[in-house]
Amino acid sequence: MVAEQYLPVMYLSVIALALGAFFTLVGILLGPSRDTAVKRTPFESGMPSEGSEFRRYGVRFYMVALTFLIFDVEIVFFYPWAVRFRELGFYGFWAMALFFVILVVGLVYDWKKGALEWE
Amino acid sequence: MSFTLSAADFLSVLPESILFAMGMVVLVFEMFGTGRDTRNLAYLSLLSLLVSGFALHRLAGRGITGFGGSITADPFAIVLGMIFLLVVALIVLVSIRYLHDRGVGHGEYYALLLFACGGMMLMVSSTDLLTIFIGLEILSISSYVLCGLIQGDLRSNESALKYFLLGAFATGFLLYGMVLLYGATGSIRLPEIAAAVNRSEVRGNPMIWYGLGLILVGFGFKIALVPFHMWTPDVYEGAPTPVTAFLSSAPKAAGFGALIRILTEGLGALTPEWSQVLWVVAALTMTVGNALALQQDNIKRMLAYSSIAHAGYILVALVAGGRDSLGGVLFYLLAYAFMNSGAFAVLILASSPVRERVTFEDYRGYGYVEPALALAMVVFMLSLTGIPLTAGFAGKFQIFKSAIDKGYVWLAVIGLLNSVVSVYYYLRMIVVMYMQRPTAEHPPERVVPSVPLYVAVAASALGVLYLGVFPAGWLELSVRSVTSLLAGG
Repeated sequence: MVAEQYLPVMYLSVIALALGAFFTLVGILLGPSRDTAVKRTPFESGMPSEGSEFRRYGVRFYMVALTFLIFDVEIVFFYPWAVRFRELGFYGFWAMALFFVILVVGLVYDWKKGALEWE
Repeated sequence: MSFTLSAADFLSVLPESILFAMGMVVLVFEMFGTGRDTRNLAYLSLLSLLVSGFALHRLAGRGITGFGGSITADPFAIVLGMIFLLVVALIVLVSIRYLHDRGVGHGEYYALLLFACGGMMLMVSSTDLLTIFIGLEILSISSYVLCGLIQGDLRSNESALKYFLLGAFATGFLLYGMVLLYGATGSIRLPEIAAAVNRSEVRGNPMIWYGLGLILVGFGFKIALVPFHMWTPDVYEGAPTPVTAFLSSAPKAAGFGALIRILTEGLGALTPEWSQVLWVVAALTMTVGNALALQQDNIKRMLAYSSIAHAGYILVALVAGGRDSLGGVLFYLLAYAFMNSGAFAVLILASSPVRERVTFEDYRGYGYVEPALALAMVVFMLSLTGIPLTAGFAGKFQIFKSAIDKGYVWLAVIGLLNSVVSVYYYLRMIVVMYMQRPTAEHPPERVVPSVPLYVAVAASALGVLYLGVFPAGWLELSVRSVTSLLAGG
């Protein structure tokens, strides 16, 4: 049966969950708990937080994230291709060339539309 | 291990490839083009659609399959592809002035339409779950962006965000369903799934039922079947009107196409089970869609609910199954594309940048101000109602007749009763245009002429009348083109 192949995965999940629960429980039961206002802030050792988090962010951050994603995906595809370059031969070369052209159109589009300019 | 592609592989996706490539060419022109006048891009897009249609036409009758059978250019895919190309061409025609008037200088609009069209064609021509999914995503992502095209407009933004969130959710359901189906049958290829489902040990696996259920939910969202229809009116009302016209016909047709392929070609052996579920969904969809359309004062919302009701009628045919019914689906999809795009084209033509005419009140006495335009609207409304000599009648007749032939008498009765209900809100448009006097707040005014819009309205009206008076030719082609689907199952 197929389900039996997944049994180790299930064991692992159960053990992981139990272990996590165990340590959390130990911390709660044995650890001293002295609650202060500073400890309740999101970043105890960081800058003091101020204002609501529901405010508007510059759209530039999203632009950078999207541009990053394009290149990230590109690398994901390029690495295995580069490793197997000889075996794939000319077919692989032209397939990648086509992929690259499509990617470059996207990059030029980004560029022309000013997504790469911060100000 | 070596990979090679044969000529058949390239040929099988040629029409889609043309659209994707031309979409990118449009983008490049957009980047280096001058100013905010995007009309040339519109004509370039029309040309691309024409070339793609020609390629699709040349594929007909050759039975080409590509990519190890993942893509097939069977008659079903070709006929549906032609419908998509036609709808998108009509949408391009109605968009030209709309974008120009509102100063929307985004040439990407046309690129996105071309991508969406290619995605839809990929969806109906693929015979494995993954490729169907990829086609659906190309379509969906383009549609989300199209909805939010008017950046400064809050309604447009709301529409895009709602559509995106619910669409992403639906995609999740669909993907889960496909994964479970793959888990149960061991394949993503529809013919292999069909073979696996015939074995009793596979059919006893509950995973297959969860998979089927989730796929139905996913497609239910995409084609707005009750109870997954809640997003439709808000999205349709907020989106730019040409985009609404697009969303309410073409992606639904693509969704139905892919659903039909999965259910008949892949899960044909489970017909008794899924047809029971869809029976209830069809009855609900028709009734709820019509009941809510009755209460709308905004014509865009009315047409949104009416599109839900029409999806219900089409679902009746899917429940009934068989050549005549599924042929009826293809017939109805084309008929609906004409009448729906036509009605929206009239709305767009009547609106000006100063004033959108989207409520019934705006059309008081319109029949005496713009007789020809009002007459075209009458044709579309009568066709949506299903009055004889229009395409809507021929389509409904075929669907309900074949449902009765298959023994689904009650479903046909529910459908007919719903058609009677729909008379009220479709004819309300005609009553407003011809029997009510214009008021001071809603003064009628003549439209600003626009050749592409006139062409779109005229083509839609002629299409509706042609299919209504001479339905036989297209019907025979539709019935013939679904035969290959049923051969295996």
